[in-house]
Amino acid sequence: MALAIALFLITVVAVLFQFLSPWWLTPLASNWRQMDDTLTITLVVTGIFFVGINLFLVYVLLRYRHRKGRRAAYEPVNRKLERWLLLGTTLAIVLLLAPGLFVYAEYLKTPRDALVVEVLGQQWQWRYRFPGQDHKLGQTDTRFITSDNPFGIDPADPNGQGNILIDNNELHLPINRPVKMLLRSRDVLHDFFVPPFRARMNMVPGMVTTFWFTPTKAGRYEVVCAQLCGIGHSNMRGYVVVEDDASFASWLKTQPTFAQTMAKNGAGGDALATQGKLLAQAKGCIACHTVDGNAGVGPTWKGLYGKTETMADGSTALVDEAYLKAFIRNPTARVVKGYAPIMPKIDLTDQEVAELIAYIKANASAGQPGTATQKPGV
Amino acid sequence: MKSAPLLRAAGDTGGGPSGYRSIAELAAKTGLWVLTAVLSVLFTLLLFAYVIRMSEGDWRSLAVPWQLWMNTGVLILGSIALQHAATIARRPRPDGLNASLLIGGVCGLAFLAGQLWAWERLNALNHTIAANPANSFFYLLTGLHGVHVIGGLVALAWGVTLVRRYPGALRSRLCVALCARYWHFLLAVWLVLFGALLWITPEIARNLCGVS
Amino acid sequence: MYANLSPLHEPRSFLTKYVWCQDHKVIAIQYSLTAIAVGVIGVVLSNLMRLQLGFPGRFAFIDANHYYQFVTMHGMIMVIYLLTALFLGGFGNYLIPLMIGARDMVFPYLNMMSYWVYQLAVWVLIASFFVPGGPTGAGWTLYPPQAILPGTPGVEWGIVLMLVSLAIFIVATTMGGLNYVTTVLQARTEGMTLMRMPLTVWGIFVATILALLAFPALLVSAIMMLLDRLLQTSFFMPSVVSMGAQLQHNGGSPLLFQHLFWFFGHPEVYIVALPAFGIVSDLISVHARKSIFGYRNMVWAIVAIGGLSLVVWAHHMYVAGMNPYFGFFFATTTLIIAVPTAIKVYNWLLTLWRGDLHLTVPMLFAIGFISTFVIGGLTGLFLGNVSVDIPLSNTYFVVAHFHMVMGVSPILVVFGGLYHWYPKITGRMLNDGLGKFHFWVTFVGTYAIYFPMHYLGVLGMPRRYYAYDNYQFIPASAQTLNAAITVVAILVGLAQLVFLFNLAWSLFKGRRAGANPWRAASLEWQTPDTPPVHGNWGATLPIVYRGAYAYSVPGAAQDFVPQNAPPDAAFDEPGDIRQSVKGTQT
Repeated sequence: MALAIALFLITVVAVLFQFLSPWWLTPLASNWRQMDDTLTITLVVTGIFFVGINLFLVYVLLRYRHRKGRRAAYEPVNRKLERWLLLGTTLAIVLLLAPGLFVYAEYLKTPRDALVVEVLGQQWQWRYRFPGQDHKLGQTDTRFITSDNPFGIDPADPNGQGNILIDNNELHLPINRPVKMLLRSRDVLHDFFVPPFRARMNMVPGMVTTFWFTPTKAGRYEVVCAQLCGIGHSNMRGYVVVEDDASFASWLKTQPTFAQTMAKNGAGGDALATQGKLLAQAKGCIACHTVDGNAGVGPTWKGLYGKTETMADGSTALVDEAYLKAFIRNPTARVVKGYAPIMPKIDLTDQEVAELIAYIKANASAGQPGTATQKPGV
Repeated sequence: MKSAPLLRAAGDTGGGPSGYRSIAELAAKTGLWVLTAVLSVLFTLLLFAYVIRMSEGDWRSLAVPWQLWMNTGVLILGSIALQHAATIARRPRPDGLNASLLIGGVCGLAFLAGQLWAWERLNALNHTIAANPANSFFYLLTGLHGVHVIGGLVALAWGVTLVRRYPGALRSRLCVALCARYWHFLLAVWLVLFGALLWITPEIARNLCGVS
Repeated sequence: MYANLSPLHEPRSFLTKYVWCQDHKVIAIQYSLTAIAVGVIGVVLSNLMRLQLGFPGRFAFIDANHYYQFVTMHGMIMVIYLLTALFLGGFGNYLIPLMIGARDMVFPYLNMMSYWVYQLAVWVLIASFFVPGGPTGAGWTLYPPQAILPGTPGVEWGIVLMLVSLAIFIVATTMGGLNYVTTVLQARTEGMTLMRMPLTVWGIFVATILALLAFPALLVSAIMMLLDRLLQTSFFMPSVVSMGAQLQHNGGSPLLFQHLFWFFGHPEVYIVALPAFGIVSDLISVHARKSIFGYRNMVWAIVAIGGLSLVVWAHHMYVAGMNPYFGFFFATTTLIIAVPTAIKVYNWLLTLWRGDLHLTVPMLFAIGFISTFVIGGLTGLFLGNVSVDIPLSNTYFVVAHFHMVMGVSPILVVFGGLYHWYPKITGRMLNDGLGKFHFWVTFVGTYAIYFPMHYLGVLGMPRRYYAYDNYQFIPASAQTLNAAITVVAILVGLAQLVFLFNLAWSLFKGRRAGANPWRAASLEWQTPDTPPVHGNWGATLPIVYRGAYAYSVPGAAQDFVPQNAPPDAAFDEPGDIRQSVKGTQT
């Protein structure tokens, strides 16, 4: 009896949950309405089976529970019934599968005129690359990767010179234009996933994977990495800004080309800070500390140097070289307000600490080239 | 406590002078077949991985050391010796059983020694395991096969012990027969692996994987 | 006269009776106790994970490193060291010989060794908690390149010990598997044809065949990953720049690992599910006093599911970057496998229909299984259909699905089976009140944990995330839900202590059960002694005259007819009797 009631309640609550809960698909912002539709068809069909089977159980529990003098029926087989059930189920499965395969066939047909964008993933950040005027992307290889050439573009490849590089985590796309995403990784598996776009794909080092979609709604969308890639996996954030053609074009114009970045870096620059940047990547600092102003597991380094930081116990401190050195050497001695004391102690030489501090200092002022203005999120 | 041999359906006899088989004998033979199936899957998967990896562009085929030809011959000799042992064991007067078992064992050890010699030669020529995937697979394929040959030698040692302790008993004959079957299986696996090392080229691999 | 061709030795000393024992029943209990012990560790790990998810940042020692280590060890322990070991080594070892009328497994020495090798695998796994760097945090799927690169916890030692432990486990499973398969094929007693075996045996039998065929794939991938990690080979490692440094590896294929892993991994979930299917069929049948509906098709469904499970693996890889055309093939095979699974569900329901349902604790768990398995199986249809899977892959939808089908429904069957067979194993009943409490908290609790979780997945919340700070697309209510789920999860975890207490307490204080307290027809209940003694059957083996589901047979005096009760023309089919007399017994 209690079990019958429980199953009945579960069924009712489950159906109500479907209609009343605030958690469902994010509003669709791409052309893949068909994926949502197929999901809905599947939900309806499976929902009918779920409700039907549970209510059947309720009925059976009430009607056939043991009473004195009762004896069960004896019907170990019923070939006709079994045959109908088999045919009916097969039909239902085919009806579920067919739409899904049709949509998938569409997914594999990238439109000819799609805009090509490359996404480069690494532990734990995103970068992007557009082909230049010649619509060609330069060849890449990991052996060309340096802190000056994070994309690993072959400097000898003429196709690479005009490539437009986005060395931060915010990608802009023009609205209503199909985009073919080329996905590449420098180190481990990642996955470029923007839930409102629905379409996505893993990024596999040693390969280029691809998917396509058409953004249909303007806005600023969050990118999440959706394939476990180490301890910084949940901090690998990015953004995609979908905007009209004019805004997109003007944004793209402000981004440097590969040729320009090579020239700029060749002209010198703070060697110490450059080393520091490399170190921050190598030692995993960037897993928790961003340089673009976004809060991560730890405080952002943008604007950190020279700031007056508040500690968890209410005291304040000026962020200078001594402060940074103390924190790096003994991370859990003090706790910054709003953060957890989980910074690991990493072995660094004095030289390495100096390089890191130089890099943090270099981020004290206005941001990196190409950092987007912060617009309210979607 | 009574023993309880079980007959299969009437008519399915065969083997043994008393006209029926015991569960134990059937079980041991079935068990070996099941093990054969498992190991076949293991080596087949390894070969699939071999072909798939070969289709990636960085494969530099390894010249197979001549020792492998010699080792193949030794393994064949071992199979012959053990098959002979299995046949002798069934006779009422199993003369020469110990000798055949010994020859089989020596062949097995010689095979392993020969494989190790081939490894040593390759290493000396700087074909180390990590230098190229062809090398890695060479060591892996021959190594895994060699590990199973060691297992076979352990079983053979047990067979020799049984023959000494319980000469003429069913359990001793059975052990020898099963060792021979296992040996033939390892020979078959070796021939397939050896063939793969000799004759599968990156060209063939790319065709199989549909890669240009 | 048994496998090592010497008389079945009666164990005499304490050591040979309870420790180095070749008796399948003792080995089964050893397997079960070890599996339950690691299962407790697995539950604790899951509670620690949930603490972080529900109350992020509140527990300082659960940092990102530890979190991913907990995630990985929880998954691996539960799937391999608990579920596989318990269903095959625990239930399989205990029940197979008894249900088919054998005295023991056909290779008792090998059987004993399989347990000790399993235990060794467990110790090696536990050791990874105590080595520098701690256990691996690569996720139970251990994908390269990250599993062996810095940035993932445990790359120094943890991953090595994990892979070694898995290899040892695979050896143990092969040793055990040889036993179960060969025993079923060769050691059935007279009259016990394959089509008279209880479905429990069929489920475990087919699962064991799957295990024997699938674990080699895991062994191959483990060996290759070990070589990549220890000797810098490049089976799976492409050219990478890890933490700013270009590594030596080159040309390897991470997808090759995934194909090998899931060639093992998908059959693995059926290795867990098929024994559960078999056991629950028996539970329902006994406690509804009704023959399982459509026995023949139930057997075919088990065989079909087993066979199909070998060709569906890449549905775990729809968005992995493999050749996209594979998606069509694998989506088709995956949805086909839904058909025999659905047949089984219908047949369980049709067994209950017009039955005489005794709502004993085992029956409660069996019905709980049906309800939770249905929802778990139905959500599989979302994930199997390739284009529906694209936005759902690697989200909490997947986590909810696999917990329902692997972590909830088979576990409910484990509990049901333990409540059901405890009287046979110990001669005493488990406490009924505690059992009902255990059922209600577990059943309602796991529904409350996993049902809402599907919605978080549809929303797009990725899995294996340490924290979800400041994501605009995730409403604050999702965090509240996570906190609520955590509280329920801790309560459900604690409730299992009641079960453990019951297991121990009832050993001494449980109501004495008698030989056949559930009045069941299958052979394991017809042993002359309860608990069964060494050799199981006394002087003569039983002879079987009918199937295992002769309940409420018209014309029979009682509402069940044991398999080995003498033939009676009043209700036995003439064909049955003739079958049983074929062949002679010495």
